[in-house]
Amino acid sequence: MTVKTQDDEYSALTAAGNTVYVYEAPVRLWHWLNALSIVILAVTGYFIASPPPSVAGEASENFLMGYIRFVHFATAYVFTIAFLVRIYWAFVGNHHARQMFKLPVTDPAWWSGIWQELRWYLFIVKLPRKYIGHNPLAHLMMFFSITLGAIFMIATGFALYGEGAQEGHWSHMIFTSWVIPLFGQSQDVHTWHHMIAWTFVWFVMIHVYAAIREDIMSRQSMISAMISGERTFRE
Amino acid sequence: MSIETFYEVMRRQGISRRSFLKFCSLTAASLGLAPSFAPKIAHAMETKPRTPVIWLHGLECTCCSESFIRSAHPLAKDVVLSMLSLDYDDTLMVAAGHQAEEILAEIRKKYKGNFILAVEGNPPLNEDGMFCIHGGRPFVEVLKETAADAKAIISWGACASWGCVQAAKPNPTRATPVHKVITDKPIIKVPGCPPIAEVMTAVVTYMLTFDRIPELDRQGRPKMFYGQRIHDKCYRRPHFDAGQFVEEWDDEAARKGYCLYKMGCKGPTTYNACSTVRWNGGVSFPIQSGHGCIGCSEDGFWDKGGFYDRVTDIKQFGVESNADTIGATVAGVAGAAVVAHAAVSALSRARSGSNDQNNGGK
Repeated sequence: MTVKTQDDEYSALTAAGNTVYVYEAPVRLWHWLNALSIVILAVTGYFIASPPPSVAGEASENFLMGYIRFVHFATAYVFTIAFLVRIYWAFVGNHHARQMFKLPVTDPAWWSGIWQELRWYLFIVKLPRKYIGHNPLAHLMMFFSITLGAIFMIATGFALYGEGAQEGHWSHMIFTSWVIPLFGQSQDVHTWHHMIAWTFVWFVMIHVYAAIREDIMSRQSMISAMISGERTFRE
Repeated sequence: MSIETFYEVMRRQGISRRSFLKFCSLTAASLGLAPSFAPKIAHAMETKPRTPVIWLHGLECTCCSESFIRSAHPLAKDVVLSMLSLDYDDTLMVAAGHQAEEILAEIRKKYKGNFILAVEGNPPLNEDGMFCIHGGRPFVEVLKETAADAKAIISWGACASWGCVQAAKPNPTRATPVHKVITDKPIIKVPGCPPIAEVMTAVVTYMLTFDRIPELDRQGRPKMFYGQRIHDKCYRRPHFDAGQFVEEWDDEAARKGYCLYKMGCKGPTTYNACSTVRWNGGVSFPIQSGHGCIGCSEDGFWDKGGFYDRVTDIKQFGVESNADTIGATVAGVAGAAVVAHAAVSALSRARSGSNDQNNGGK
């Protein structure tokens, strides 16, 4: 009887035609809820910084900025609660649910995987490696753009929200009280919140492109995997 | 010889008891205290000896003093100037030269640990502090010496609190705010360029009346005046919520007094009492006169790009660019890269596809 190594197991799972259940329902739900939240937050956030043209009429008859800000704040709550539930799921879900919260920086295979993926995107290698979860490059991007990005946006966002909600509100206590002094003043927090918001725009552009491209050109399913949760391997 | 109480000084200066009691209730109201505090203030002022105050001037423009001496209600001004027992202020005092410096040394000795040090301006540290000379010596030395004997320090204005324009990049004299030089004394920051006169007199009144420093926020500012943003109490706030903005300085919206948000008003990021206390006896404040707030009580307001930009410049990138220009530029580059990459991908796929077919044919 031969001893099966981990690698053998991995290549058996990723054999052409095989299907692996990767993304559990809460992860998929979070993904799409998160995507929708990011779009709404980016658009309303842009209009908070650069409001639409001035409206005419009585001030008491209009509430345009009020509504824009309300949508931004309400969506921010959805985004934050979804992120917290997602963190909870990292503890109770399968090991793929934990992937985006930590980087295997001590694993040489992971670093060589990044190198390999870079070469794949630069058209140097013909075929990419197969991965059940994120490929190492995607993993890196997910960790910095989404995990750290979301934490940064939640902390600075609620710090700014707490300025209006004022002392005594939970957001003021938990965030405003230390985030504003940390950055120096409110204007800096605004600027950084705005700047990092743009990184989400960049992320979405690259993420959507890479997902479609991988779906077509790599040896594993991408888009359908985030709908059904199942990843199918080819070739 | 016993030291005069505030009340005795006021009576000596011809202020009636009726006016004195009016001042006490006015002060209680302006400090946000219950009416029951008015008699307590009166009692304190009748019984307590005056606390001496030394007022030092470093690198500054004297706008704090100018504001202070204009404290709105004439009565308050008279009283506070007497109340303060302002024993040393080189800008306001009659004495000069050695005579003046003697007074400074005398107060420090006589009231060791019991006087309040008010600092207007800040010490420059470059060249051993030679950019600001006080009585023949670098100001930073005088500040350190005097602070060592003081009970507490009040940092008047943006200079003493944050550094202000003389600390603007590249800060050639290394002008440094007081709390970075004096680290072992309680410091009350009263920022603003200048601070509101009534805020200054109220902070002093509070300290003398209650014999303790007012409640401060994490950045060392009295919460009662710096707890809210200009925006939170701005009378133009309804126009902001409605989405009614001034777009040009001479447009109809400007005439109608709409919100100055798009004109770079820093009201939403500035903690101060301008929109409630206002200036010059409650006559007006910048936004009321049609100009946005420049955020003069905030740290670093002098280095944050244009006063007329809502999305302010980020200096770290060298060129004049704000978050939107950087964001849109990178998004454009990323978009172009995606399109180019997609094209190359499609091309290489088509080529390898035809190769596969050729191979299959063989």
